[in-house]
Amino acid sequence: MFTHFFFLLRAHKVPVSLTEWLALTEALAKGLALSDLSVFYALARAVLVKSEAYYDQYDQAFQEAFAGVESVAEITDQVWDWLNGDFDLPGLTAAERAALAAGLGGMGLDELQRLFEERLREQKEEHHGGSHWIGTRGTSPLGHSGAHPGGIRIGGQSRNSTAVKVAAERRYKGYRTDATVGVRQLETALRRLRQLSTRNDGPLDELDLDATIDSTADHAGLLHLEWRRPRRNQTRVALLMDAGGSMHPHINVCNRLFTALDRATHLKDLRRYYFHNCVYDHLYLDPTCHPRNSVPTARVLQELSRDYKLVLVGDASMAPSELLERNGIIWWSMANEEPGMEWLRRLDRHFHRCAWMNPVHERHWGSIYGRDTIALVRNVFPMFELTVDGLTDAVKNLMVRR
Amino acid sequence: MTDRASTYAGTSDYIASPELRQTVNVAVVLQRPLLIKGEPGTGKTMLAQSIAQGLGMPLISWNVKSTSKAQDGLYVYDTVQRLYDSQFGDGDVADISRYIRLGQLGSALAAEERVVLLIDEIDKADLEFPNDLLWELDQMDFTIAETKETVKAKQRPVVVITSNAEKELPDAFLRRCVFHYIEFPSEEHMRSIVLVHHPDLEERLLDLAMETFYWLREIPGIQKKPSTSELIDWLQALAIGGIDPEEISRRLPFLGVLLKKDRDIDAASFALRNKGATRAGGR
Repeated sequence: MFTHFFFLLRAHKVPVSLTEWLALTEALAKGLALSDLSVFYALARAVLVKSEAYYDQYDQAFQEAFAGVESVAEITDQVWDWLNGDFDLPGLTAAERAALAAGLGGMGLDELQRLFEERLREQKEEHHGGSHWIGTRGTSPLGHSGAHPGGIRIGGQSRNSTAVKVAAERRYKGYRTDATVGVRQLETALRRLRQLSTRNDGPLDELDLDATIDSTADHAGLLHLEWRRPRRNQTRVALLMDAGGSMHPHINVCNRLFTALDRATHLKDLRRYYFHNCVYDHLYLDPTCHPRNSVPTARVLQELSRDYKLVLVGDASMAPSELLERNGIIWWSMANEEPGMEWLRRLDRHFHRCAWMNPVHERHWGSIYGRDTIALVRNVFPMFELTVDGLTDAVKNLMVRR
Repeated sequence: MTDRASTYAGTSDYIASPELRQTVNVAVVLQRPLLIKGEPGTGKTMLAQSIAQGLGMPLISWNVKSTSKAQDGLYVYDTVQRLYDSQFGDGDVADISRYIRLGQLGSALAAEERVVLLIDEIDKADLEFPNDLLWELDQMDFTIAETKETVKAKQRPVVVITSNAEKELPDAFLRRCVFHYIEFPSEEHMRSIVLVHHPDLEERLLDLAMETFYWLREIPGIQKKPSTSELIDWLQALAIGGIDPEEISRRLPFLGVLLKKDRDIDAASFALRNKGATRAGGR
């Protein structure tokens, strides 16, 4: 069951490594999870899980692994089985096993186990006094120290059996990155949009030591300080955003992306334009998409150099004619000489790196209204869903050099 | 837990949840850095002070800034000073160690006794910053290249690292840490925290202020939600201002202490008007 937990965590996509697993074993061997499953729950989480984004998956794995387990003794038994030579973790070499044994203080396993059990007994006498010292009832050895409000988080007094129940509540669902998109998380993803270079203007405020030494030597030992420019981010982004009616349901997530980009002060330049369903001869300067406030797309292409990262945001869902035919533009009063598809290809040819962010989840791309145009647009641009994970992938893709 | 003296049990001025206390002890026993995340204002920095106080160790704080480099935390070799000294003949220029200044991490490792080292807001620095510290935090030693002197910790310091999750931390770094996420306190827990700071607060005032505080946090559209430290300041302001408790939810006095953005204040006054309207409509 113990090792099974490791694989369950991996199956739930919690990135647990062997290093952390060995640390947990060490902690258990040092007696840090005495007699209480909820203490074990918190201990294992502290050692194994390194982001609140994985708390939910951890809870699920924990629940799956330890449902029906009443006490930590059942788990520690497993640890001993495991340490006694039943090493079924793949990739654990003899050297690592030796390192683990050394980490346990060089004590023999039998001795260690005796010590461990002794301590468990002490624990019982100190805190519970009853014959049911493990599993069923009783307070945690750590909690309820008087001044502190006990049992706040893992409800009630009977903390032993509640760890699995707490896990079952799945209180950390909101922190999952693949489900929710917070501004801050998007910002984090955007931070990767950077490319450092020294070849730009800026204050000379970094001491160039090598040049200073050379220069001082050239001046016959008279100190002569040389300064250079620090490295700056070179990334520039052009954001093209669909402001059409079908985007309304996604307005919240798009707003968050906007806020994140606004706050991303590390970008050298951020240009934004709007379009309605598809890009044609004109790009709009505000989300109302009124022709009065627009610029010719061709001029935008002239202005923006090829190293701008092009990010298009849209659901790519429209009537196929809007994409493929002349005068397919949705405004009946306007005309376009070339089909929208031609403009999209032109954008792709102009910019070195492009990405299309789609607020529709990827699993629906093949089934919703607009699946035909989504497929067509995907032929031109790499498409990512507008979630934290999707944005991270998109940013990675944008930063790869072509 | 093996050693009673080195068990952290919270301090009188800092209320730690049982889980947090346990995690601190795990980190101390396993001698691994403790990584603390959580909403701003949930007491991440205070925790390190409390640990230092609780374990009776000195605290060394390293406040990371966007310009911080890992090297600065170890030591700085003051070349410019040495160059100037060589020019004007001050002191013994040949003795490089005179120009080596230990940083916070360096001093923590060089210390004679066990210390608590706080690396505050590690995510403020460059993305590579945590990776640059891997070896030093793991091995607890470093070499001063200029003097070829090795500084090795006699007692591994208790390292507390806080992060606001502005940047993701590298996996290799995370693998070596013990992690805890401080959740926003529940009302009950919050009450005990507040009482630590304002022991003789009028109960009626506290009740109504807490109610309004949690109501404010729930208003949709509030971008920067008020946090624990802001609540504590607000209660102080309410107590000093002699505000009638009944007025709190109606007028939201000293709102600027809780909300720091114009838009948030607008959103709150809007929600307040709506609340008033539904109440009037209900009558």
